[in-house]
Amino acid sequence: MTDIISVSNLFVNLGQTKVLDDLSFVINKGDFVGLAGPNGAGKTTLVKAILGLIPISTGSITILGTDHASFSDWGSIGYLPQKISNANQLFPASVIEVVTLGLISQKSWPKRITYSDLNKVEETLKRLDIYKLKNAMFTELSGGQQQKVLLARALVAKPQILIFDEPSTALDPESRNEFFALVKKLNNEEKITIIIITHDTGYIGRYANKLLYIDKKLVYFGGINDFCPPSKDNQYFEKNENHIIWHQHE
Amino acid sequence: MNSLNIINFLQYAFVQRAFVAGIFVAVVCSALGLFLVLRKMSLVGDGLSHVSFGAIALGLFFGIYPFYVAIPLVMIAAVLIIKISEKARVYGDAAIGIVSAVGISSGVILASMSHGFNVDLFSYLFGNILAVSKLEVVLSVILSAIVLFIIITFYWDLFSATYDEEYAKTTGVKTNFINILLSLLTAVTVVLSVKMVGVMLVSALLILPSVTALQLAKGFKTAMIIGCVVSVVAVIFGITISFYLDLPTGATIIMLNAVLFALAYLYKKLA
Repeated sequence: MTDIISVSNLFVNLGQTKVLDDLSFVINKGDFVGLAGPNGAGKTTLVKAILGLIPISTGSITILGTDHASFSDWGSIGYLPQKISNANQLFPASVIEVVTLGLISQKSWPKRITYSDLNKVEETLKRLDIYKLKNAMFTELSGGQQQKVLLARALVAKPQILIFDEPSTALDPESRNEFFALVKKLNNEEKITIIIITHDTGYIGRYANKLLYIDKKLVYFGGINDFCPPSKDNQYFEKNENHIIWHQHE
Repeated sequence: MNSLNIINFLQYAFVQRAFVAGIFVAVVCSALGLFLVLRKMSLVGDGLSHVSFGAIALGLFFGIYPFYVAIPLVMIAAVLIIKISEKARVYGDAAIGIVSAVGISSGVILASMSHGFNVDLFSYLFGNILAVSKLEVVLSVILSAIVLFIIITFYWDLFSATYDEEYAKTTGVKTNFINILLSLLTAVTVVLSVKMVGVMLVSALLILPSVTALQLAKGFKTAMIIGCVVSVVAVIFGITISFYLDLPTGATIIMLNAVLFALAYLYKKLA
């Protein structure tokens, strides 16, 4: 199996606070990794460190065989941020324009969007069944539709890795199921490696093949099937949560 | 209306110069203004125009052509605003306040020290596009063309960094560079606009066409095009109306922009 992301002895400090403390793990091609942990455990920080959004203190991150510091192939990573959009409600972006932003990682100056780029955007919209929204204004869409548009933006450059930060917070249960099923399909059919931060531990059990549980330090990393069964002396997984993660065996 | 008909009016060289310079500056102001408004940085224009007041005073004081002093100094001030807010535990709006106040104060001090150019300097407060010289037209056209070229070639980077800075970084956009670039472009544009509408009204020229466009547009490119059209219409009619009714041109352009904004708002409410 090919290493997609390999993290070794990673430390990240934000100011004086130690946020990530000696993390090491390797994610392989085609993995569907559920990233979980308590509030403030450093899940978003870990993802941002992988994406190069925050500096790492010591340790190393290797993405697709290239050291993080010299990594430049950002088109190979699709990212769906935590907030539905950091943009304000006045921003007049159409769906096509938002999705096109996902393509500019492949461009060099001057970045021009060609006819074939537009085709890629339209194909992606069709694939996610939101083609009819292409000229709509992003801010006028429902939460579920916005999430799909952002997923299209993450997918349009045909990434090898997709990273989601709390993708389901804005979704109602129905769109949530639909969203996870879609992600699973991408994982199965196109072997896209998925890393997903979610509080919906139930979904990790149902869809992920690996669990990465951190609380500043690494608590557990391994196959969902090897995950320790419920036990009463486990400090992290109270009976309920453990049971939910084991939902796959219901 | 005056006995002067439109054909005669358009034959005046000073009117032609005003139209050429005005249209170029209007397009650049609205294109750039859209990014500033959406980044909640509208008042950068105001701060930088105050700096240009100080810089113009400096030019007059030393007998140097004011534009030549203002352009580099205002560009430095634009970078300073970013650096102060990054390094010195100061919010962006406070940084604008600092730089802006220093600009005005230095202008006033220089004016009082010189005992001579008060009238000249204060004419820059409200500008006069009908008094632009040939050199100023050439300068405005060249600099506006450069600013437009940069906006077009960095369109997607500017759009992405304005839409969601963090996401832009994950697609390899050098957002720090883009922020500085935007500030430098704003600096040049502000200096160009000072002659047209004056120090006091520059920020309106940046803000109003964009907010009008935001009432109507459903996409970013459309917003940019609507903003440019609105801005150019306001400049053309502003110059014409001010000429016939003998009103101050800069203020007339801004009032027309405000009327267009109100119409766009009403249209959106009723449509």
